Amino acid sequence: MAKLLEMPKLSPTMEEGQLAVWHRKEGDTVAVDDLLADVETDKATMEFRSFDRGTLLKILVPAGSMVKLGQPVAVIGKPGEDFSSLLGGGAPAPPPANATATAAPQPQASAGQTASTPPASLAPGGRVKASPYVRKLAREHDLNLHTIQGSGPGGRIIARDLSLDARAPAPAAPAPVAPAPTPAPAAVPTPAIAPATPRAATPAGLAAPEARPLSMMRKTIARRLTESKQSVPHFYLTIDVDAGALVSFREQINGEIAAATRKGEEPEKISINDLIVKASAVALRRVPECNAQFSSEAILVHQRVDISVAVAVPEGLVTPVLRDADRKGVLEIGRSIRDLASRARAKKLSPDEMSNGTFSISNLGMFGIDEFAAVINPPEGAILAVGRVRDEPVVKDGAVVPGKKLAFTLSCDHRVIDGAVGARFLAELRSLLERPVQILLGP
Amino acid sequence: MTDSSKLDHLLHLYRQMQLIRRVEEEAAAAYAKGKIGGFLHLYIGQEAVAAGCSAAMRPEDTMIGTYRDHGMALVRGMSARALMAELYGKDTGCSRGLGGSMHLFDAKNRMLGGYGIVGGHIPLAAGVAFASKYRDEKAVTLCFFGEGAVPIGDFHEGLSLAALWKLPVVFICENNEFSMGTPMSRTLSVEDLTLKAPGYGMQSDRLIVEDVLEVEAHIRKAIDRAREHNEPALIELRTYRFRGHSMSDPGKYRSREEVEAHKARDPLLRARKQLVDGGREADVLRVEEEIEAEVLDAVQFAESSPEPSADLLEATTYVGPFAR
Amino acid sequence: MGTRSLRFREALRAAMLEEMERDDSVFLLGEEVGHYQGAYKVTEGLLEKFGPKRVIDTPIAESGFAGIAIGAAMVGLRPIVEFMTWNFSAVAFDQILNNAAKLRQMSGGQLQVPIVFRAPNGSARQVGSQHSHAMEHFYAHIPGIKCIAPATPADAYGMMKTAIRDENPVLVFESETLYSLKGDVPDDPDFTVPFGVASVAREGKDISLISWSRPVHVCLDAAAELARQGIDAEVIDLRSLRPLDEETILRSVRKTHRAVIVHEGWSYGGVGAEIADRIQRFAFDDLDAPVGRVSFLDVPMPYNAALEQHVIPNTPRVVEAARAALYAR
Repeated sequence: MAKLLEMPKLSPTMEEGQLAVWHRKEGDTVAVDDLLADVETDKATMEFRSFDRGTLLKILVPAGSMVKLGQPVAVIGKPGEDFSSLLGGGAPAPPPANATATAAPQPQASAGQTASTPPASLAPGGRVKASPYVRKLAREHDLNLHTIQGSGPGGRIIARDLSLDARAPAPAAPAPVAPAPTPAPAAVPTPAIAPATPRAATPAGLAAPEARPLSMMRKTIARRLTESKQSVPHFYLTIDVDAGALVSFREQINGEIAAATRKGEEPEKISINDLIVKASAVALRRVPECNAQFSSEAILVHQRVDISVAVAVPEGLVTPVLRDADRKGVLEIGRSIRDLASRARAKKLSPDEMSNGTFSISNLGMFGIDEFAAVINPPEGAILAVGRVRDEPVVKDGAVVPGKKLAFTLSCDHRVIDGAVGARFLAELRSLLERPVQILLGP
Repeated sequence: MTDSSKLDHLLHLYRQMQLIRRVEEEAAAAYAKGKIGGFLHLYIGQEAVAAGCSAAMRPEDTMIGTYRDHGMALVRGMSARALMAELYGKDTGCSRGLGGSMHLFDAKNRMLGGYGIVGGHIPLAAGVAFASKYRDEKAVTLCFFGEGAVPIGDFHEGLSLAALWKLPVVFICENNEFSMGTPMSRTLSVEDLTLKAPGYGMQSDRLIVEDVLEVEAHIRKAIDRAREHNEPALIELRTYRFRGHSMSDPGKYRSREEVEAHKARDPLLRARKQLVDGGREADVLRVEEEIEAEVLDAVQFAESSPEPSADLLEATTYVGPFAR
Repeated sequence: MGTRSLRFREALRAAMLEEMERDDSVFLLGEEVGHYQGAYKVTEGLLEKFGPKRVIDTPIAESGFAGIAIGAAMVGLRPIVEFMTWNFSAVAFDQILNNAAKLRQMSGGQLQVPIVFRAPNGSARQVGSQHSHAMEHFYAHIPGIKCIAPATPADAYGMMKTAIRDENPVLVFESETLYSLKGDVPDDPDFTVPFGVASVAREGKDISLISWSRPVHVCLDAAAELARQGIDAEVIDLRSLRPLDEETILRSVRKTHRAVIVHEGWSYGGVGAEIADRIQRFAFDDLDAPVGRVSFLDVPMPYNAALEQHVIPNTPRVVEAARAALYAR
C-alpha cells in the first residue's frame, strides 16, 4: 500500500528543514536505509534515509523547498499504484497551519523588478492584490497601489509594504533577495519564499546593498544569540595568565609524542587550546557552580563536563560538544576536537554531537585576537573566550624579561554565576595553566 | 354524593368535554381554510381523559403533557379565546403566538405545557414534582403521554428517578393504541404497559376509558396517594382518537369499521345520554348553546386579533438584558 | 477588598457554597456530587454542609436528571446540574436544546428556567475519543442559553455566581486540566463577573490571539515566545461565548490588524468560525491578513499521548499561525 514519506525530525530543535537535494527520482526503487535526500536543518545538512522499501511514486516537494516537520514530501509504494487518496483529505494531512509551508516558488517574472514591469501584486487582468487594511490605508492616504510591490502570499500587498504602517512589526524574517528568475537547479538550495525586493530604505542615488539570503544556520545563529543577549544577564570577568610555562609544557609533550612516533609517520601534536580545554574541564570540576545552567525552578548543576567548542565554518559557526572532557587525556581531547572540527566544516555532524553541552570555549587566538568577550550559548551558564598567546615583557625575580601572556574572558549568566564564583573558576584556571603539570593531575 | 349533585358534576364535565370537541372541530375547519398552520393534533374521542383527570386535581396541582394538548389546556381553565388565538398564531394567544398548537402554556392555571418531543417532558414533570416536594407544597403533578412514549429513554429515566426519589407525580399513559400510524403490537413487547411500574417499585392502575366519572375516581386514588405519601404511580388509560394523528394523517392504518365501533362507545355521548336519562336534557341543550357561542366567539376573537410583533422575539428568548 | 488564593475547583466550590447559603432555592445534583465528594472534587464537603436534600447524588441518567432539574427550575427552584463531564451531556442534549433553551420563548415568556449546567470540558489527558469533546461548540449555537468558559480562578468564582443568579439557563464549561490552577480570588461574596465582557489577558499591538478556557494559557505561552521573536501579541480571553463580547474582539483587531482564534474542539462550524465571521464582517477594512485558526485537528481524539498533543492546540502551532498572519517566516 502506498504511503506518504514525511519530513523527519533530524535535530532536537528542528521545526522545519530545507529539502536541499533529492538523491532519488520518481520511479526509482528504494530500499530501507537508502539515501533519499539531503535536508538542511538549523544545525547541519542531514541525510534523509528511507524507512521503507518500494518505488518512489511521487515527489511532493521539489528540491529547495522549506518543509515543516511531518509534512509529506513524497509517496512510496508499488509501481502503478493509485495513491490519490493519500493526497486527498483523508490522509494524515499536516496541521492546517502547515499549509503555509511553501514549496519552491514559481518566481514571478516581475521578481527581478524593473521600472517597466508591473509589480507582482498585479494579478492577470490588472487587479491589485492587497489586504483590506491596505486598501483602507490607500484610500486614506491617497496611494496608488499599482505602484507598490506586495510581499505577502502571491504578491499580496500587506500593511508593512506601505511605509505608513509603522506599527506593523518587522518579523524575524530574512530580508530576502530576488531569486534567479528561473527555477533553481535541484542541487542548489534556494530560499523557499518568493522574496520581494527588500524594503530597507536605500536613499535615491545610492547603490542598494547586496542582499545575501539567510541560510538555516544563519537564522539559527541570529535567533539563538539574540535570545541569549536579550534574555540572559551577561557579565564579564577577564584575567591575564602568564603562559610561559604552558608554552614550554606543550613543547615538552609534543617532543615526547614525536619521540614515540615511528619513523616516517607524521607525529601528532597537541595545541595550546587542547591544554586550555583540559584545564578548563579540571577547573569546572573544582568549581562546579560554573558548570551549571538556569531554569525557572532551580539552578541545574551538571554532573558531567561536556564542553562546547566553537568552530568557525564558512556559513557561520557551530559548537560541537566534547563529552566528558574532564575524564579524557589531553591527546584524546586534541584528537576529538580536530575530528569534530573537520566534520563540522563538512556539515557531517549529527545533531546529538551539537547539543547538550554544559560550558563553552571560544578561541580566536588563531585570528590574532588578544582578548574578547563571547555571547553565552544557551542554556549553558558561561562561555570562556580565549585570546592569542602574546609576547610581553614580564617581571621575573625582580627583572624584566621576555615572557608569554594569554588573556581569558569569562562571560557569565548572572542568574547562575555570581562574580566571586566566576573569579574562583578563573583563579583555578590560572593556577592550572601557570603550573601546567597540575592539569594532568586532574581535579 | 346525591344523584342530583352527581349529575351536576357530570354536567360540568360534559361541558368541558363538549368545549374541547367543538373547539377542535372549529380548529380543524380553520386549518382546512389555512388559518392555522403547522401541526394540529386533535384530541377528539379522548376528551374524557382530560376532563376526568382534571376533576380529581386541586388548583395547586400541575398538568403537563404532549403536543395533543388542547384538551389539557381547556380543562385547566384556559379560555377558548386564548387557545384559538394561539392556534391562529396571534398576539392574544396563550403564548402570544410563539408556541402554537403543540406548545400551549398557562402558567397561572399550572398547565405547564405541551411538548413536541415524545417523552421529553416526562423528566420535566418529575422535576415539577421535585420542586413541590422540596418546598413541601403538597401539590401533585400529572404527566400525560401516549403509549408511543413508553419505548423512549426519557420515560424510563423519568419514572425511575421519580420512584427513587419518591416524587408526587402521577404518570398517565393515554393509550390510544397507535403511535402515529403504528399499532402498539408493533411498538411494545408487552401489551400491558403498567407492567413497567413494578420494575421501578411504583404503583399502577389501568382502565378502559368509557365513563368520565370512572376516570376521575381512579385518578383521584393515585393523586391522593401521591399527595399523602409522595408515591408516584403509572396509570394506563385505554382510549381512542377518532381523528388522524394530525391533520395530514389519512388514517389508512385502521379500518372505518374499527373507528365507527369506537365512536359508538364515545364517552362524550355516554355522558350526554346519562344526563338526558337523568332528566337534564334542558341543561345539556343550554350548555351546548353556550359552548356554541363561546367557540364562535373564540374564532371571531382569533380572526380579529393582531399578529405578534417581532419585538417579542428577543424579549422572550432571554429573561432580562442579554449583554451583547 | 482582600483576596484569597484558591484553586480553580475551590473557586467554583466557594461560589456554589456561598450562593447556596444565600438562597435556599439553589441546590446541586449530579453523579457522585455528594457522598463521593465530586468526581473531580469540585463539590467536596457540600453534602456535609447542606445535607442530602440540597446535594443530591443521581444515578447515571443524564437526560432524566437534567430534565428533572429543568422541571424544577421552571417552577422557581435554581438547580446546579453537574455532568461528570460535558461529554455525557450529549444524552441530555434534547433536554437542554428543547426544554431549557426553549421554554421561555414557547410559553410566550410565561416561564423561565434559572438553571446552571456545569462540567469539565475539552481534552484532559489521554481520555480518548469519547471523553475529549469540546461541547461548547454544540451548545453555543443555541439561542436561549448562555455559555461561559472561564480560564482563571477569579473568573470561575465570579462567573459561577453570576450564573447561579441568572434567570436563564447557563452552561459553564470548565476544564479538568485547569482545576488545580491557583489564583487570587476576591474575598467578597458579592463579587460577580458579568457575562459578555471579555478580558484582555495580555496587551499587545501586533496580533490578536483570541481564545477561552484552557487554551488562553496556551496563547499566553505563545505570546511569550512571540515576544522573544519581537512580536507583541495581544491575548483576548473571551470568558463568555454567548453572549459574545464582539466589541472587545473588534477593538483588538482594529488595533492589531491580524487575528488568530485558538480553541479546543473542531474548527468546522464552531465558535471560532463564528468569531472569524464577525471579524471579517465588522472589521474587514482593518484586516491585513486572513484570520487564522488553531483548533483540534479534524479527527476524533486519539488515545496515544503524542498524537493527542498533536491534535490539541499547542504553543508552537499558535506561534506558527501568528507568524503566518504576520507574513513572518
